[in-house]
Amino acid sequence: MIEEQFSTGESFVHGLDPRIKIVVAIPFSVVVAVSSSFLALFAALAMSLFLLVLTRLSARKVFYRLLLVNGLILFLWLLIPFTFKGEALFTIGPLVGTKEGVLYASRITLKCNAILLAMIALLATMPVFTLGHAMSQLHFPDKIIHLFLFTYRYIHVISQEYHRLVNAMKIRGFIARTNIHTYRSYAYLVGMLLVKSYDRAERVYKAMLCRGFSGKYYTLSQFSIKRGDIVYLALMSAAILGLVILQWSAIA
Amino acid sequence: MERDSLIINLEDISFSYSGDKLVLDHLSFQLRRGDRIGLVGPNGSGKTTVFHIIMGLLRPSSGRIELFGKPAEEERDFRTARGRIGLLFQDADDQLFCPTVLEDVAFGPLNLGKSPEQAREIALTTVARLDLSGFENRITYKLSGGEKRLVSLATVLAMDPEVLLLDEPTNGLDEQTEGKITDILKGLDLSCIFISHNLDFLMRTTDRIYAMANGKISLDEALAPHPHIHTHEFGRLPHKHER
Repeated sequence: MIEEQFSTGESFVHGLDPRIKIVVAIPFSVVVAVSSSFLALFAALAMSLFLLVLTRLSARKVFYRLLLVNGLILFLWLLIPFTFKGEALFTIGPLVGTKEGVLYASRITLKCNAILLAMIALLATMPVFTLGHAMSQLHFPDKIIHLFLFTYRYIHVISQEYHRLVNAMKIRGFIARTNIHTYRSYAYLVGMLLVKSYDRAERVYKAMLCRGFSGKYYTLSQFSIKRGDIVYLALMSAAILGLVILQWSAIA
Repeated sequence: MERDSLIINLEDISFSYSGDKLVLDHLSFQLRRGDRIGLVGPNGSGKTTVFHIIMGLLRPSSGRIELFGKPAEEERDFRTARGRIGLLFQDADDQLFCPTVLEDVAFGPLNLGKSPEQAREIALTTVARLDLSGFENRITYKLSGGEKRLVSLATVLAMDPEVLLLDEPTNGLDEQTEGKITDILKGLDLSCIFISHNLDFLMRTTDRIYAMANGKISLDEALAPHPHIHTHEFGRLPHKHER
């Protein structure tokens, strides 16, 4: 269902303490998200490409993942240049593309790709549940971690339930068409899935209560910080600081 | 505690879902230390409800519950009892929610206040005891139905309960896995109640079988000899069966 295809590997980055990677990922994405200077954004993109190279992941798989997100960004390119007020840059029939619009869309594209690449390099290089545990050791709120881990665990169960229901429809000759019967059947399907998930959540919670759950999620894993982690953290902090300075000097 | 002491005492329990027909109708039931009880009854007769009432997951509309000699009324009372009573849910997917087998088995011990090292130790021993060694790092949702059931049983046993409540433990299992679970359960020195439609299984693992009907639990102790007509290969040859 969800393949964690980047989570295992032999690279230096895969061996880093997961907490360090989270600690680097958060300020990096915040700084990139609020930056507007093209110099800073290109530097950020270069930095995340460098991070990605360190992970030695298959370039092809990363590229496919990027395509997915950039497909969405393509829609922004269809809208933003024509809806932003400013100096006219080009015209297509009755539509006028503005310079400001193009710059704005470029910024979004750069930011998205830089952040996405960094997330692949930092967060996707560990199994999802390790990510959850590392978050808990970093004292993220328990509720966020529970939501995160449970969503991950039960997406599979819900998808199985979905496929069971779809099969139940198929074996009774259901074919999706453009008519009320189809819409109604799909509405039933979604409704049933919601009800079932709700019931499931209820039973899981009860099962947890039976095993002594009282709101606190304890974990087995213990991480250890090695010298490589410290070096990585120091270099990345310096690089993120560099991005801040680039952005700052651009405003000033 | 001496052998015959009352562990679970339900007195005059009534319960209904959403106010209509009573699922449990002034039900009384006792489990003493060392009792091994089977519970049979038609679908929807309230067997699972009884388990959930014992664990405090559902609250009766009237009646008294005593667990380990103490009245259980509030969440706090049930919380202490839950560490000593292990409940296996009907659907293993409800029970297994951690990503890996080892973590799921360690979940209970961690909640009971064990350190991560102790919990890991307990989980590994339990897993080995159920012949599941090598499964520690398997992803729970990718296990087969039989494996899920065994792992769920491990998560319950890892809490070292004094009482075991199993809800249809052999439902949907192949003969081999059913045999394995039967052997494991026979080897446990615990008080227990097993809900099942599988009389063969109950005969092998319990001492007494109670029936549930009309919201009440009753004991049918009279042995009733009865013939079976059955077929199998080489059935024409004269032969005997164990039971």
